[in-house]
Amino acid sequence: MPSFTYPEKNELERFVAARYRTGWVWQVIFLSALIIAIFSLSALLLNIVDGAFGYVAYEFKKDPLTISEKPLDQLNQQELIALLQANLSRGAYNKLNNEKPMESRSQGELYNLVIERIIQVKTLQTYPLFRSLFEKAAIEAEVSERYPGARLEFRSWLSPTFLTTPQSSKAEFAGVRTAVLGSLWLVGIAIAFALPVGVGAAVYLQEYANKKSFISRVIQTNINNLAGVPSIVYGMLGLAIFVRAWEPFTSGAMFGITDTNGRTILSAGLTMGILVLPLVIINAQEAIKAVPDSLRQAAYGVGATRWQTVWHHVLPNALPGILTGSILAMSRAIGETAPLIVVGASTFITIDPQSPFTKFTALPIQIYQWTSRAQSEFQAIAAAAILVLLGLLLTLNATAILLRNRFQRRW
Amino acid sequence: MQPANNTQYAIETRNLSIFYGEFEAVTNVNLQIEKQKITAIIGPSGCGKSTLLRAFNRMNDFVPTSHVRGEILLQGTNLYGKEIDPVEVRRRIGMVFQKPNPFPKSIYENIAWGARINGYKGNMDELVEQSLRAAALWDEVKDKLKQSAYALSGGQQQRLCIARTIAIQPEIILMDEPASALDPIATLKIEELMQELKRNYTIIIVTHNMQQAARVSDYTAMMMLHGDTRSGTVIEYDRTDVIFTRPKDKRTEDYVTGRFG
Amino acid sequence: MTTKISSLAAPNWAAQLRKKARWGESAIEASLFAVGILTILITLAITIVLGDQALLFFAEPEVNLQEFFLTTSWQPQIGDFGIWALVSATLTTSAIAILVALPLGLSAAIYLSEYAKPRARAVLKPILETLAGIPTVVYGYFALLFVSPIVRNLVGVEKVGVYNMLSAGLVMGIMILPLIASISEDALSAVPNSLREGAYAMGATKFEVSSQVLVPAALSGIGASVIVGISRAVGETMIVAIASGAGPKFSFNPLDAAETMTGHIARISGGDLPYGTVDYTSLFAIALMLFLVTLILNLISQWIVTKFREQYE
Ligand SMILES: Nc1ncnc2c1ncn2[C@@H]1O[C@H](COP(=O)(O)OP(=O)(O)O)[C@@H](O)[C@H]1O
Ligand SMILES: [Mg+2]
Repeated sequence: MPSFTYPEKNELERFVAARYRTGWVWQVIFLSALIIAIFSLSALLLNIVDGAFGYVAYEFKKDPLTISEKPLDQLNQQELIALLQANLSRGAYNKLNNEKPMESRSQGELYNLVIERIIQVKTLQTYPLFRSLFEKAAIEAEVSERYPGARLEFRSWLSPTFLTTPQSSKAEFAGVRTAVLGSLWLVGIAIAFALPVGVGAAVYLQEYANKKSFISRVIQTNINNLAGVPSIVYGMLGLAIFVRAWEPFTSGAMFGITDTNGRTILSAGLTMGILVLPLVIINAQEAIKAVPDSLRQAAYGVGATRWQTVWHHVLPNALPGILTGSILAMSRAIGETAPLIVVGASTFITIDPQSPFTKFTALPIQIYQWTSRAQSEFQAIAAAAILVLLGLLLTLNATAILLRNRFQRRW
Repeated sequence: MQPANNTQYAIETRNLSIFYGEFEAVTNVNLQIEKQKITAIIGPSGCGKSTLLRAFNRMNDFVPTSHVRGEILLQGTNLYGKEIDPVEVRRRIGMVFQKPNPFPKSIYENIAWGARINGYKGNMDELVEQSLRAAALWDEVKDKLKQSAYALSGGQQQRLCIARTIAIQPEIILMDEPASALDPIATLKIEELMQELKRNYTIIIVTHNMQQAARVSDYTAMMMLHGDTRSGTVIEYDRTDVIFTRPKDKRTEDYVTGRFG
Repeated sequence: MTTKISSLAAPNWAAQLRKKARWGESAIEASLFAVGILTILITLAITIVLGDQALLFFAEPEVNLQEFFLTTSWQPQIGDFGIWALVSATLTTSAIAILVALPLGLSAAIYLSEYAKPRARAVLKPILETLAGIPTVVYGYFALLFVSPIVRNLVGVEKVGVYNMLSAGLVMGIMILPLIASISEDALSAVPNSLREGAYAMGATKFEVSSQVLVPAALSGIGASVIVGISRAVGETMIVAIASGAGPKFSFNPLDAAETMTGHIARISGGDLPYGTVDYTSLFAIALMLFLVTLILNLISQWIVTKFREQYE
């Protein structure tokens, strides 16, 4: 028998200890990757929260105290209208009244009007949340030195008014109402297209096609590839087909609508629908795969046709999975930005979208726009809009998790 | 009496071979299944019992590569003829599977569904009750028809599957090891039920439990892997008492006495 | 026991087994097939649309293939169309992203698949999933307003501008990390347990098993994850559109501001671009390049994954 020499006794102990030490060091290194991930996520979220709240230094053209005894935000509709009448020139007042009768404007809208037209606020400087909390004195000193006469106020850029007011060219009065509505329209159209088509394709691949056949392998590979196509390429597709080639349809000209071009909600929604289609298909396939074969056999065994089996048994049992997948697809659609830029989302829209044939803006488009502006107040509303977007995503994902738990299958 | 050639047997196979792609799983089977009798198919595992059984109601159609050579005749009609509708075949030739597979619906719906898709127009409550009675399950479930079938025990679930099959009024019932997932008491109930059912139906049961085959069946087909191709075939087919007491084939004797397999 | 349910009523039942015309069934099957085919039509449409406009672009008098593929200046105003001006930025940002995402993603995958207890996994996995679910425009905000200031402070405000490829690339790495981690983890957990047990039975430590047995065994899956990661990085738009700079520049210096292929498409198409101009068609030529590159990368990674699966089946 050959003899092998291995470390013994002390040497062995040292050797093993060294190996364990190496192992331990690497375990820490592996774990630190996850810690970096956690750190990045926290930094990202804190950075956004930091931007969305904080002190703002304002300058007024007219001091609110000189035009009203009560604080402005406590005035009712009538009082606000009176204020506007008293402080605006007749022409300016009538013009506003013609745009939208004063009586039909909400208290919030009127308040914004007073601030915008009479007080004429100008933001001089915004401060992030954490500085505002911990360096209040320094901020006050800085403001009184640099902007004498300015008013310092703590502002939450994310507010109920922010959610309910439309766009404005001034950050102080801008809201995300039109953008949120645009996003909802988009996601609605996208899922209305992608869900039936996606589930149909998944049913075809899982229940009808011979999986080994050439055609079904081509379709499957193709779907996996579509899932990896950059989103901006879908934007180019949407631009060439929906916006341009199908303009008579997507602009609504076919239906007698004349004042738009092809850059409508419909074009963008269909583009998004195609973009999320592979996602819907792949998720629906997984859900259908999870339905046990014994159930299909049971149905065929009592003389069901293929479609009866699919419609009465496979789909109902795959439904929670399909819905969860669709919600994930909706999350994807609601956050996608690049294709919307290409398809031609408008960046400035102040009226609510009324039909699929209107110009539109969307939440991520607003975020992109505002982030790209150099003024700090726009970056503040970008942060507030991001919080709205993350809120929407959170709601969607919570729904998905609830669905999954509620309908968990027993097999 | 009906014309002799098509009513003598429930099912007749002629030189039947069944393939999965290139692989010949079952070779050259010639069987004549008697009406209103219980026929057992026995043999070691992997010898093609399930494959053969599933050919009788064209469940093998769902394996894309599968195909048959030879004929399966029902009253003279070839089951694999071009003009035959497999959906209709499965309605007439019901099947009970190895593991109970009720639909994830109520007990009532489990039975009503098959009837409904097959266009049943009569009184549904009555059909459900009659089927459950026929499957000896009525007394146990009559107060909870709206409950999920998944709340039943394994044995009850299997009888529900039998009731579901009865409800669509098949001519023949195929059972693939229907008791192998059940405890002895539930097994006994199924076996008793089979004796009741054979008054009205032809039953073909696959089992690898010798006692069960001997107890319940009238006829037995013995299958075995055979030849260089290792494909299964029926090596002996006879009355059950003959197979179990004085088989002609040595391999059958070894198998039924437990010396092999 | 007697029962009313009896089969004897139909002595001649075999004659009824004939095929019935099931028009509904056939119509449904046909429409499902059509829907399946539709997915192929989408790919065809992408190819045709991009190819068609790209051909128009290359047919322009001021454009030629040689210039397009071999020169380094992209200035449509003066008729310069050298794609390398954009490709350089795409390569630089993608390389930074992979340099960040590969080591972090692989480490995270090893930790999750070999070290983490179920409780820890239950906390750590959702964090990665959350990172994966954040819209890229939000990452763009983060890159411009958080990472870029830090980079500038570290390197020197006078050396780096607000827009630079480094910040965009770093954040893109964080964005891709969960993708690489999840594919690599799948690959690691697909390694059969027998291999793990065999190695432990030789007296190997957990680290030795992970690094010397499992990672090599899962190497092709890990490779696939890197390729998918590259493809994502190359196609990513918003982070680079916001943080990497506006304006093509041939440069591989991470501290420079330069525009990627995707960033260029986003910026130029953001305006109301007149159809049929060179500006318009040039975007399709760029998009065609993007599409082909990502398509090839995706096909390779799928091929690897399939091979890998076969290996352990
Ligand atoms: N779907 C299938 N595809 C390919 N081969 C199969 C399939 N089902 C069964 N087989 C093969 O056919 C042979 C017979 O199987 P089976 O009929 O299930 O045997 P038994 O029921 O007697 O145990 C086995 O070799 C099995 O591997
Ligand atoms: Mg079997």
